[in-house]
Amino acid sequence: MRALLASRNLPSLAAAAILAVLVVAGSVRFEHFASVGNLSNLLGDYAFVAIAAVGATFVILAGGIDLSVGSMVAFTAMLAAWLVDRGWHPLATVPVCLAIGAALGAAMGGLIHAFALPAFIVTLAGMFALRAATFLLHDQPLGIVHPFLSWMSRDAAVPLGGAALPARAVLMLAVVALGAIVAGRTRFGRRVYALGGSPRSAEAMGVSVGTTTVAVYALAGACAALAGVVFASAKRAGDPTALVGLELTVIAAVVIGGTLLSGGVGSVGGTLLGVLILGVIRLLIDFQGNLNAAWTSVATGVLLLAFAGLQRALAGLGGWADRGTGGAARIEPRLPR
Amino acid sequence: MTPAERLNHPAASPPLVDVRGVVMDYPGVRALDRVSFDLARGEIHALMGENGAGKSTLVKILAGRQRPTAGTIRLGGTEIRPASTRHAEAHGVSTVFQEIDLVPTLSVADNICLGREPTRLGLVRRPRLRARAAAALRRLGIAIDLDRTVEELPTAIQQLVAISRALDCDARVLVLDEPTSSLDASETGTLFEALRRLREQGLGIVFVTHFIEQVYAIADRITVLRNGARVGCWTTAALSREALVSAMTGRRLEAVHRGPAAAPEREPIGAPAAHAPPALAARDLGRRRSIHPVSLHVSCGEALGLAGLLGSGRTELARLLFGADAPDTGRVEVEGRPLPVGSVRAAIAAGVAMTPEDRKSQGLLLDFSVRENIVLALQSRRGPLHPLPRAEQDRLAAHYIEALAIAAPGPDTPVGQLSGGNQQKVLLARWLAVQPVVLILDEPTRGIDVGARAEIERLILDLRARGMAIVLISSELDEIVRLCDRALVLRDRTAAGALAGEALDESAVLAMVAAAPASASIANRTVDEDAG
Repeated sequence: MRALLASRNLPSLAAAAILAVLVVAGSVRFEHFASVGNLSNLLGDYAFVAIAAVGATFVILAGGIDLSVGSMVAFTAMLAAWLVDRGWHPLATVPVCLAIGAALGAAMGGLIHAFALPAFIVTLAGMFALRAATFLLHDQPLGIVHPFLSWMSRDAAVPLGGAALPARAVLMLAVVALGAIVAGRTRFGRRVYALGGSPRSAEAMGVSVGTTTVAVYALAGACAALAGVVFASAKRAGDPTALVGLELTVIAAVVIGGTLLSGGVGSVGGTLLGVLILGVIRLLIDFQGNLNAAWTSVATGVLLLAFAGLQRALAGLGGWADRGTGGAARIEPRLPR
Repeated sequence: MTPAERLNHPAASPPLVDVRGVVMDYPGVRALDRVSFDLARGEIHALMGENGAGKSTLVKILAGRQRPTAGTIRLGGTEIRPASTRHAEAHGVSTVFQEIDLVPTLSVADNICLGREPTRLGLVRRPRLRARAAAALRRLGIAIDLDRTVEELPTAIQQLVAISRALDCDARVLVLDEPTSSLDASETGTLFEALRRLREQGLGIVFVTHFIEQVYAIADRITVLRNGARVGCWTTAALSREALVSAMTGRRLEAVHRGPAAAPEREPIGAPAAHAPPALAARDLGRRRSIHPVSLHVSCGEALGLAGLLGSGRTELARLLFGADAPDTGRVEVEGRPLPVGSVRAAIAAGVAMTPEDRKSQGLLLDFSVRENIVLALQSRRGPLHPLPRAEQDRLAAHYIEALAIAAPGPDTPVGQLSGGNQQKVLLARWLAVQPVVLILDEPTRGIDVGARAEIERLILDLRARGMAIVLISSELDEIVRLCDRALVLRDRTAAGALAGEALDESAVLAMVAAAPASASIANRTVDEDAG
C-alpha cells in the first residue's frame, strides 16, 4: 500500500482519479453516458491510439521520443490497404507490416545510438520520410473491400453485457497487458527503466545501451505498424493524409498516464488510462452536442500542463528531501568513455 | 622506507589478485609503467598516490573498463583478461566507482540485481530478486527498505547499495574508488564497519583514497603509486604518515607554517581609522531548518575558520553570508554597510566572493577555457554591455596562471582537462580577479592531492597577509588550525563555540565538536565574546 502511494505513482493515480471523475460527471450530466455500449465503442475507436501509445511508452520510459508514430501508422495502414487491394488476405498483411514497422523502428534506434543523434531529429526525419513514402505508395485514399473485413466489423466481437466489444478493442487490451508484463516483469523492461533513469549508470552497470535502444524503437515501430493495420481494418481504407499529429496525441496520452518525459518513471497501464481520458473527454464533448470538437484539444492541453506541473512539483519535493544526493548525480555531464 | 620494511609476497599460496608488470599507454602518455600489485584474501589494501599517479587507470584495468598495453592479471593463480565490467564481475572482481553507478529512479532491489535478475520463463521472479537483494544488504549489516528508490537515499547509503550490488555477483575482490569522498565521519564509520565484515568473510578489498587517516584506520597494507610507477608496498603499521606522504609526493612535504597572526599590509580602502568596521560581520544570522542564529565578524587580513562535521551547518552559514540563501533572522554587513537580504549580486558588488564546495557542478564551466573561467566574475560585474577587451582577458589569464602556478597547457585549455587542484586554482583566480574584500572558501582543498593542497594553503595565507578577509570552511581540522586566526566551531547547525590564538588547536576543536550539546545560550554567543 505504501509502495502504491509512493510519490512516483501519484501521477498514475491522479490519472485514474481524473478518469473516474470524468466518467461520473458524464453519467450525472447525460443519461446512458457510462453505458457498456459507449465503453465498447470508446475502446474500439481508440484501439489504434492505445496500441501505438504502448510502443511510445517504452520509448519515453527509455528516455527517448518518437515523432514518427503518426506517419508510421498512416504508412502501414496504406501498405496494408495496398496489399489487400492487390489481392492479399488482410491477415497476411499483419506480419509484413509488423516486420517493416519493427525494421524501420530499429533503423531509427540504430541511428540514434550509433551516431549519438538526438532521437527528436532522427524520428522527425522518420516522420517526414514515412509520410512521403505513404504518398509514393498511393497518393489518395484507397478503399478496400474484403469479405474478411466485412465479417470482422459485423461479427467479430465479444458479447459484453448487451453490447459488443469489437475485436480490435480486445486486441488492444491484449497488447496493453503484454506491454505491461514486458515493462514490469522482464529483464528487458528493467533495462528500459534503467536506461531512462540514468543512461550513464545503466551502461556502467552492464546494460547494453545499444541493444536496448534499438529494441525499444523496434518495439515502438511494431506497435505503430499494428496500430496501422487496425486503423486500416476499422476504416477499411488507407489514407495518405490521415493521422497527421497522432504522435503528439500519443505523447500526451503517455504523459497524462504518468510517464515522465525524461524517462525512467511510468507504466504501460498508466498510458491506457491516459488514452481513455482523452477518449472520455472527446465523448463528453460529443454528448454535449453544441461544442466544437476543437475543445478536445483545449482540454488535452490543459491536462498536459496540469500533469507536467504535478510531476514537476513531485520531483521538486523529492529534490528538496534529498538535496545534494541523487539529484545532483543526474545532472552531471556524461563523462567521456 | 628501508627495503626491510617492504613486504615480500607470502610464498605459501598465490595471492587473490596478482597484477604483474602492467603497462598502460595512452597516446603520448604512459599512464602506468610496469606496475605490480597484489591482494590477499581477507585483506584491505589501500592504493594511494597523488592525482595522475595512475590509481584510476589501475582501477579501470581491474574493472575491465580498459585493457592494459602489457602485463598480466592473475586471479587465484589463473590469468584473466577482463574485457568489460561484466566480464570482470563474472570473474569475481567488482568495482564501485566514485560517481556511484546506480539508477536513481529504480528501487534498491532493482538496482542490486539489474542485469542479472532471476527469471523463470522470461519473467522476473520478484520474491527471489528481493531475497537476493536482502541477502546482499545483510552481508554489509545494513537494513533498508528494498522498495525505496535510490534517489531518496543519502549518499552514504547509496554507496552501500552500490557495494551490495557488487557483492551480489559472488565477488571475491571488491575495488572501491574513493568511496568516502562524499561521506561525513559517521557515514564513513558505517562504511568501514561494513568493510571490516567483508574482510572477515574473506573478501579482498582494494581501497583507493586521498584520506590518509582513513587508510590508517582500516587498511592492512598500502601500495603507493607515483607518476604511473609503483613506489612501494608496505604494511600499514610499518609506514609512518610522514613516510607515506613522502612516498606519494616524492619529496619531503614542505611544512606550511602559520603566518603572522594579523598583519595586514594595507588598510581597507576608505577606512583608515583604528576602529574600522570589520570587513564582514553578521549578527544573529539564522535560517529555519538550516542554521540557528550565529554571529561572527572577520576583519581585513584575518582568517576565520568554520569548523565542524559535514552537515554541521558550515556550508549553510556560508550561503547565508554570500546571500545565496535568504536569512530569517539577522543580517550581513560588509565594511559596515548592511547588504540587501538574500542577493548574491549585491554581495558580489559589495566585494564578497565565494568558491563553492562542489567546484564542478556549482563553480566551473568545465567545457570553457581557463581564460573564460577566470574572467567570468569580472565580466559579470561589468555587465553584458561592457565586454572585457580580449587583450585585458589575456593579460588577466596570463597573470593568474603565473601567480597561482596553474599547471595548464595554455589559457585556452578547457578547465575540465585540468586536475582537481588546478581547477580549484582557476576558481580562486576568478574571484581574485574582482579583488574582493571578503573571500569565502568552502572546502578549497577537497579532493585535490597533497602537493596542490599545500600550494592552495600557501595562497590563502598570502591573500590574508595582503589584507583580504578570509572565511575558510574545511573538514580538515589541521588546515583550519594552520591557516586561521580564529575558528567558529559548528555542531548540529548551532555555533558550539569559538577558539582563537593559542587556544586554537585540533584537540580543542574536536573536544568542542564532540561535546554534548550544552545550554542554548552557547548557540547565541558570538565569536568575539568567546575569543575574548
